[in-house]
Amino acid sequence: MKNKSLVSINDYSKEEQLRILDIAQEFEKKPVQTILQDYVIASLFFEPSTRTRLSFESAVNRLGGKVVGFSEASNTSVKKGESLRDTILTVANYSDLIVMRNPVEGSARFASEISPVPVINAGDGANQHPTQTLLDLYSIRKTQGTLDNLHIAMVGDLKYGRTIHSLVIALCNYNTTFHLVSPVELKLPSSVKMHIKERKLTYHQYTEMDEVLPHADILYMTRIQRERFSDPLEYERIKNVYNLHKDMIADTKENFRVLHPLPRVNEIAINVDKSPKAYYFEQALNGVFVRQALMASILGIK
Amino acid sequence: MENKKIKELKVSAIENGTVIDHIPSNAVFQVIRILKLEAFENMVLFATNLESKKYGKKGIVKVSNKFFAPEELNKIALVAPHASIIEIRDFQVQTKTVVETPDRIKGIVRCFNPNCITNIEHIPAIFAVVDKEDTRLKCHYCEKITTRETMEFR
Ligand SMILES: [Zn+2]
Repeated sequence: MKNKSLVSINDYSKEEQLRILDIAQEFEKKPVQTILQDYVIASLFFEPSTRTRLSFESAVNRLGGKVVGFSEASNTSVKKGESLRDTILTVANYSDLIVMRNPVEGSARFASEISPVPVINAGDGANQHPTQTLLDLYSIRKTQGTLDNLHIAMVGDLKYGRTIHSLVIALCNYNTTFHLVSPVELKLPSSVKMHIKERKLTYHQYTEMDEVLPHADILYMTRIQRERFSDPLEYERIKNVYNLHKDMIADTKENFRVLHPLPRVNEIAINVDKSPKAYYFEQALNGVFVRQALMASILGIK
Repeated sequence: MENKKIKELKVSAIENGTVIDHIPSNAVFQVIRILKLEAFENMVLFATNLESKKYGKKGIVKVSNKFFAPEELNKIALVAPHASIIEIRDFQVQTKTVVETPDRIKGIVRCFNPNCITNIEHIPAIFAVVDKEDTRLKCHYCEKITTRETMEFR
């Protein structure tokens, strides 16, 4: 997969995705290496996303690589009206690989097509964030020992959450049974459901999560954002419906784990954190190994 | 024979030019716009809500002294997927073809997503036609679906 940009999760086949997960496993065993010491990685964050940026930069630093770039666009030539094309062509001169976060949808695809060096999409607006999907797959496989035949419950904003959309699409490769829990107004869009139907997989839709918990192997929680609601009272009501407490996970399966892309607001109570079934902080750490694997693979080192 | 005469009365015949038939009635004005006939200097005839055995109601556009390149005409397949194109010379039907919805569309349609890179930088939008019957266009860049309802031509 040398030089193969990753813009959408579907740019990589199932086999290529699994290959990244396997390499990530090696990095988990040995995260500090010097294999990137001759490489410069450009980290272009046109909008701030501290979490994703630190994860990428930590991944590079632990492998001995150098990072150049910016963490927000306000002090750069971009602010002065430079086109994305010019920024990418300039930065490509100084780096071997570009990691880009940009609020404009489709910007990553465009960048990957004009850039002489490969591009990793670290989020383009509401469109795609494929490294999140890879780290979710990694976390699911690690906690369950497999990706096949699992019961995966997804809770919260299933309509606007791009993380959910990409994960659903990726999981369609693994005979997943989907349990979709959301308020009616935030149901999974038909364009995403289409993928489940094409594979003839089973899915169930719910408005409350209690019923789902005993069956689930994975509970993937997401944030419900205030701005999705025109009625603030409706937001307050719904926000408190999708709220996971410690006592709710008492009767779940032994292998049950709670995932969340973070940051959370109040959808997971703090008292869940100490449970061995809470996995969201480890999940975030897995992002470093997966990004190490992806960069090493694209640079042709692994 | 009788029938043919009546048809001709409804929309006058042209000597030379192109007849675009079987347009959905509500798409006639879009066809005119896509082919830039608003600025055309020769005679343009059009009709909507004609009776059609196949489609119930249909529209028709006749453009005199103008023959189009196929790629120009295929653009109208986006709003009139079953349109037939008849070229007339000396009042005689020269050729009769059907428009073909292309698999890929570049440059002529605007992505409906205002936050798409194609609407922010000057990049021609590229779409994969994911549904030819209902005209659903998936943007190559932002991956959002532009439909007939949200479609705008550049
Ligand atoms: Zn677009």
